[in-house]
Amino acid sequence: MIFAPGSAVRVRDDWPERRGRCHIRTPHYVRGVEGKIVRHLGDFANPEDLAFARPAATVPLYHVRFDARAVWPDATGDELMIEIFQHWLESA
Amino acid sequence: MSMNLTETDSDRLLAALRAVLADKAIATGAEITERIRVTDAGGPAQGARMVARAWADPTYRALMLADGARAAEALDIPMRGLPPLGVLEDTPGLHHLVVCTLCSCYPRAVLGYPPFWYKSAAYRARAVRDPRGLLAEWGTVLPDTVKLRVVDSTADYRWMVLPLRPAGTEGWDEARLAAIVRDGDMIGVTIPAIAT
Repeated sequence: MIFAPGSAVRVRDDWPERRGRCHIRTPHYVRGVEGKIVRHLGDFANPEDLAFARPAATVPLYHVRFDARAVWPDATGDELMIEIFQHWLESA
Repeated sequence: MSMNLTETDSDRLLAALRAVLADKAIATGAEITERIRVTDAGGPAQGARMVARAWADPTYRALMLADGARAAEALDIPMRGLPPLGVLEDTPGLHHLVVCTLCSCYPRAVLGYPPFWYKSAAYRARAVRDPRGLLAEWGTVLPDTVKLRVVDSTADYRWMVLPLRPAGTEGWDEARLAAIVRDGDMIGVTIPAIAT
């Protein structure tokens, strides 16, 4: 399933770095935060496997927009836009 | 003891690495030479040419917003084998700021090497949490009516900003327009201005 533009999503509140060596491209500050899909940017080899020279599946990558104050109440910006892979997103 | 100043440890290391890459059929000498050419071609003047063309030519602007890499190639900027280039369009009500909080992703094909501070922990931390405070240190003050969108470059794209064309540049040709566009303008820490 591909998320449609405008879909409400939540970044998984998952912390693989607590379970051992890993390489992840999902910033810690958006884990568990709700945002909106801007668009599907294309499909790319999963960097979490590429980084360890493992066979890497191709996964959808999205641009996702967040309210900056949903992350930090004292944020002085308005929005954060971040590239996030599909397996880090769930419907909100 | 004599020293050969023309051959350093790093030269020997590089020669050994190139030999191993060739032996293992990972990268040929020609491929490395080509990549050096592409890297050397990158610099802020390339991005500035794109911005100036987009300001002057609505058709080019549409291409640049739809596919930054194709727009770069249309100006003979080498993009083959490089990540996709996304272009973020500033409007009178929306300003973009680019950061890479995870490492130092930067649109090198069109802007060259990032400024030293771009990789600093301070820039990366403040750009996402206190971007207006950060911008103020560059003298970039956005009216409260302008929405500030911070783009964290976390994965496979590279992002550049298409800033607003400053007032007072009506009738300028592309070369003159390109001359006022700085690297900071194309990641949103500064705004193009006419030198006074």
